[in-house]
Amino acid sequence: MTTQRPSWIDEALAEHDENHGHEGQGQPQGPVSDREQQVLDRIDKARRRRPKVREERITMSHGAGGKATHTLIEAVFLDAFRNPLLEPLEDAATLQAGSARVALTTDSYVVSPLFFPGGDIGELAVNGTVNDLAVSGATPRYLSAGFILEEGFPVADLNRIAESMRDAAAAAGVQIVTGDTKVVQRGKADGCYINTAGVGVFERDITLGVAHAQPGDAIIVSGPIGDHGVTIMLARGELDIEADLQSDTAPLNGLVAGLLDRAPGVRALRDATRGGVATILNEIAKSADVGVLVSEDDIPVRPEVRGAAELLGIDPMYVACEGRLVAVVDGDQADEALAALRAHPLGTQSSIIGHVTDGPPGLVHLKTAFGGTRIVDLLVGDPLPRIC
Amino acid sequence: MRFVDEFRDADKAHALSAKIAALCEPGRQYKFMEVCGGHTHTIYKHGLEDYLPESVQLVHGPGCPVCVIPMGRVDDAMHLAAQDDVIMTSFGDMMRVPGSQGSFFDAKAAGTDIRMVYSPLDSLKIARNNPDKRVVFMAIGFETTAPSTAMTIMRAAAEGLENFSIFCNHVTIIPAIKAILDSPDLRLDGFIGPGHVSTVIGCRPYEFIAADYGKPVVVAGFEPLDILQSIYMLMLQLSEGRSEIENQYARVVPWDGNPVALKVIGETMQLRPYFEWRGLGFISHSALSVREQYAKFDAELLFDVPGVRVADPKACQCGEVLKGVLKPWECKVFGTACTPETPIGTCMVSPEGACAAYYNYGRMNRNRVAEVTIGSRP
Repeated sequence: MTTQRPSWIDEALAEHDENHGHEGQGQPQGPVSDREQQVLDRIDKARRRRPKVREERITMSHGAGGKATHTLIEAVFLDAFRNPLLEPLEDAATLQAGSARVALTTDSYVVSPLFFPGGDIGELAVNGTVNDLAVSGATPRYLSAGFILEEGFPVADLNRIAESMRDAAAAAGVQIVTGDTKVVQRGKADGCYINTAGVGVFERDITLGVAHAQPGDAIIVSGPIGDHGVTIMLARGELDIEADLQSDTAPLNGLVAGLLDRAPGVRALRDATRGGVATILNEIAKSADVGVLVSEDDIPVRPEVRGAAELLGIDPMYVACEGRLVAVVDGDQADEALAALRAHPLGTQSSIIGHVTDGPPGLVHLKTAFGGTRIVDLLVGDPLPRIC
Repeated sequence: MRFVDEFRDADKAHALSAKIAALCEPGRQYKFMEVCGGHTHTIYKHGLEDYLPESVQLVHGPGCPVCVIPMGRVDDAMHLAAQDDVIMTSFGDMMRVPGSQGSFFDAKAAGTDIRMVYSPLDSLKIARNNPDKRVVFMAIGFETTAPSTAMTIMRAAAEGLENFSIFCNHVTIIPAIKAILDSPDLRLDGFIGPGHVSTVIGCRPYEFIAADYGKPVVVAGFEPLDILQSIYMLMLQLSEGRSEIENQYARVVPWDGNPVALKVIGETMQLRPYFEWRGLGFISHSALSVREQYAKFDAELLFDVPGVRVADPKACQCGEVLKGVLKPWECKVFGTACTPETPIGTCMVSPEGACAAYYNYGRMNRNRVAEVTIGSRP
């Protein structure tokens, strides 16, 4: 009998032995509850170790916005490009350009299908980049647009996409000022991919970031979650499920401006795209080394999204939005911030979903609607690839 | 949401919780096994253990179809997938299960044609659309999924499809429960019976558990209140000195099962003399293979399957976890070397696996949860 094993298993086991002593040694002692806590502490330590990409090739999980994506970014890109501007890993980098403070961001769009209820890849490409700038606290100004087109792609579709980008840019008050076009052979891409980069200007003297979250802060979400992800999934028609749903893609700069005007105690904003709200909550807990406690009852989810998610066995907490933000706000200003968000058409269903707690650091707890408590971790697999 | 929210009502849960607590005899420990991985998932996802007194413990059973597939079978499937003219199709759950040479996901990334499907009928569609390829469906699951595989075989036969086959890994629940009852290292007070399997096989097959082993069984639904009520029904049986088979999930499970589903399984599949289960070893008559008259749809006959038995990594204790002897966190590599990103054992792969459920949802000390929920709120 031959036993071969992928090298990473041996590697993982060797690492485990190194860190925790060999078999029989270092096993937790004492009453059950204490032993469990010792194991949990050990896991916590393991999770804080430097991330390492164990796979030999890129898998779809690396693009899903969950654990594998984080590991890839930290182990490959952050390692190679490391500098103080990149290190916070926020949605946009904050730069000094002469006397002005500006925000710079970039994002690529590979959504399939290209046209879906509530929007298309062009609108998404503008709104996504506008939102990354807006949640950094900057006012979005200029965008670039790069296109990778597949041989044979209908010009009529490209026209439709360009028009929708024009309209989205006008709605968001930004200009598309530079661009690039590449064409690849048939079969080497899937129709049309778009990259946009954006520049915004800080008009307020604020620095937002999830690392600023403090115990007692309120966590607010600006509306029902998961609309975009579920819409895309259903639009592919592979599931034979129909629902009256559309993508929530929208520019959030107006909503953010209204919020920052009324609640200067906003500490961090994130738009809940890939990986959904759950991923953002984990980023808050991890970056600020705090706990997060949210209540399932307070998280707005449309019945259609809940129904589809329930059928498919996925959790709306992990499903992407393209027009929702999560705000971390000084607890004293929670009501004011909520009122500001609700006053904007895109935030009428905003809700305080939970609070930042002292601990346990790095963990997100959810009070379930059923009345129990569980943790909410980063997603591992990829429930729906290519949603944006 | 109708038919869901009613079964997640926190007030009813509090009431049931109190009734369960009232039935606990002081000083006695209660251990119930939920056989089905779907139940394990529900228990963790909704934080159901918060409603149970400390003396009532849930032990997670072997009813997670992905978890019980031994490494050698995964290797066999990978071997099939690697054939030049083969398109391998599989449920999403199976994609991340590690064989000795990596998982379907790894193979897919390296260029092997492996496609995720939601139903075996989707595989049939792929076969029709790719007449120059041979399409194999990786069939896994208990009696719950066997009927759909059976129907797919029958449809393929009716259509005269020449390029479709099944790599059959269907297992049956009763021999596994018996293996657990005969295992010397586990003392259980009763079983939360698998609801979905029972929609097919009914409740009758469990009767030996009460008759021969004196243990109560309550077949349960999959919403949190279903499970809580089933625990109450088990406690009630114990307090009244009964051991019977009861059906909490009667809204879906007929006492005699689903004769149509049983018939199609019988028509297309037969019991194997034995089959290897991960962690439980070889169990007699515990799995299904494709019947002879449908041999042309049996991938094990059509292809040269290596069939090499592969030992689990020594540190992996999935076997003990599947038997309920160890809690997930008691495994030596749990959460450190073995995590959902890099699962060493199957229990860490499927959302129904006890280790994955505990890691993703339950990784906290319930005695200390109180400290989390109070405190910092302004």
